[in-house]
Amino acid sequence: MKPTAAQRKAMYSDIVRSREFDDRVLELYFADKMPVFDLAKGVIPGEIHSSHGQEPCAAGTMPHLTLEDTITSNHRPHHHAICRGLDLNKLAAELMGKKTGYCAGKGGHMHIYSVEHKFSCSGIIAEGMGPAAGVALANKMREQDGIAVSYMGEAAANQGAFHEVMNMAGVYTLPYICIIEDNNWGVSVSKKASTAIERNSERAASYGVYGEYVEDNDCDLIFEAMSRCVDRARSGQGASILEIQTYRLKGHMHGDQMAYVPEEEVAAMKDCVIEYRNKLISEGVLTEKEAEEIVSQQKSEVDAAIQFGLDSPYPDPEDAFQNTYAGVSK
Amino acid sequence: MSSERTLTVARAGREAVMWEMQNDPSVFMLGEDVFAFGGVFGTADGLGEMFGPDRILDTPISETGFIGLATGAAMAGMRPIVELAFVDFIGVCYNAIVNLAAKHYYLSNGQVKVPMVLMLGSGGGYNNGAQHSQSLLASLAHMPGSVVVTPSNAYDAKGLMHSAIRSDDFVIYSGQKKVAGVGMLGTPIKTSMSVVPDEPYTIPFGVANIVQEGTDLTMVGVSWTVHQCIEAAERLQSEHNISVEIIDPRTVVPLDRDAIFDSVKKTGKLLVADEDYQSFGFTGEVIASVVERDPSVLSCAPVRVANPDLNIPYSRPMELRVLPTADRIVEESKKMLGL
Repeated sequence: MKPTAAQRKAMYSDIVRSREFDDRVLELYFADKMPVFDLAKGVIPGEIHSSHGQEPCAAGTMPHLTLEDTITSNHRPHHHAICRGLDLNKLAAELMGKKTGYCAGKGGHMHIYSVEHKFSCSGIIAEGMGPAAGVALANKMREQDGIAVSYMGEAAANQGAFHEVMNMAGVYTLPYICIIEDNNWGVSVSKKASTAIERNSERAASYGVYGEYVEDNDCDLIFEAMSRCVDRARSGQGASILEIQTYRLKGHMHGDQMAYVPEEEVAAMKDCVIEYRNKLISEGVLTEKEAEEIVSQQKSEVDAAIQFGLDSPYPDPEDAFQNTYAGVSK
Repeated sequence: MSSERTLTVARAGREAVMWEMQNDPSVFMLGEDVFAFGGVFGTADGLGEMFGPDRILDTPISETGFIGLATGAAMAGMRPIVELAFVDFIGVCYNAIVNLAAKHYYLSNGQVKVPMVLMLGSGGGYNNGAQHSQSLLASLAHMPGSVVVTPSNAYDAKGLMHSAIRSDDFVIYSGQKKVAGVGMLGTPIKTSMSVVPDEPYTIPFGVANIVQEGTDLTMVGVSWTVHQCIEAAERLQSEHNISVEIIDPRTVVPLDRDAIFDSVKKTGKLLVADEDYQSFGFTGEVIASVVERDPSVLSCAPVRVANPDLNIPYSRPMELRVLPTADRIVEESKKMLGL
């Protein structure tokens, strides 16, 4: 299924929103970590894995998912959260460890949860797969609508969990989609150096599931490929592996200079936001003016969200003692 | 209605699973060898036939995979019971246990519940070697976010299983294999069998059972070591007229520190028996919970009887040497009491 003009505009708007958010986070991240870089310092501490370049992987897939469906994200979750429609204010606040954040500061950038969006994260590589497949299993057992999708990088396919969960997804014919964002780098190790085959989507054959590789980081192509995977999942044909060629524009985490990435590879990296904007304009889907309006609209919403985070209070230190157990005290 | 029934730990726990599955469609079991085989240690005996392969779900040998799946199913509102035959296997799925099941509730600030039970077979004493005989209690209890249940008898096994399945928390249900009372491990330990009511009942987490009252010495044991304490206490009573109080915490997380403290306050002496490796474990934790509250309640140094930090040897005489047996407990008690 091809996206409509309205869907294409919406996808553009989503990647802009995600990019604007990551740009503001990047700016804030480094603003108060100088002159000596210290992860523990600043309004946004800790590691930040930005989604710069990988936005279409979320924007192109999420339009097929409803609030009945479940999503598990990974250590690089901003584009997934934003394209899923999570509230920017609560997202910004969580990154700042504020009381108004999605998890009231307990989670942080790698652990964003929103029950209403059926959205959760795991910072451990490939370990979002099990819970997603488990939701798919639960939905199937209860004969409920709703499929489950996990997002991860290409290096995660070398984790044991990938093999175990994909095999079970095949054995139980689960309504589950494993989306692999192939940015070619697992921190500093290239796909070629870490992975015995060129495309992880080919591993689908080992599990009796459907596999597809999208060769361009393009919202439209991703949208179409995802529609095939979702149709299969919703019609009882089982699981899929959807791998997407994408680009990691800002390194593994902020502060990573990407010295290990060959110059020619850096030069060849395409900026999906610019590419998609140009494509939509050249195809007459979007005017320059509309594109500008989208950018300024998203920018102002992101600015407001960042301000909301900055203005929000920190949690009480004693809040750390809440919510270790649901029913057991101690 | 019916006459009194004396059950084994495995039968009693299974009865609770059966009742919950009959009464709550969200409860299901998954794990290794549960459907046709009934669980390696009898935990699912006959349930496959009763509930079918969709609710007693056999899994591949993929522990990190199926514990991850169970976590997701629990997040989606099901109440999975996961069977992991040997606790020794947590090495291949520790991430799913500690980083997924035990953390989602806290990290989500209470948005996401994981109402799941993980059943594990623990312990040695039957010459099964170092990778199939461990207790690993401390490795489970150390991490926040999971309840750890350790029944020593059939009555507690049933009540704690009802509580575990109905709990909105992630519960690790650690069953000692020799306490289970399954056929392949010989005659069940007599004191592990109990009269078990037909009807369902729950036992609250964090409430210890005073197995027997006494005045001279407090012994704290879990699961299999409760029975070693009972045997040791009988000998100390008959041979030396020593009155032993035995505390079975029943759940190590949460731990009923009050019951332990109150007992030691009365007897002045504390011996803790545990099958796990001694250092950094349950024995030290129990002693700390008394000492940090009021060291003056102790009239002599507390004693630990545990695995002396050794890998578990296969050969019978060597394995018996490292287990916290009644013999070792009697010997250490006599030293404590100056006998």
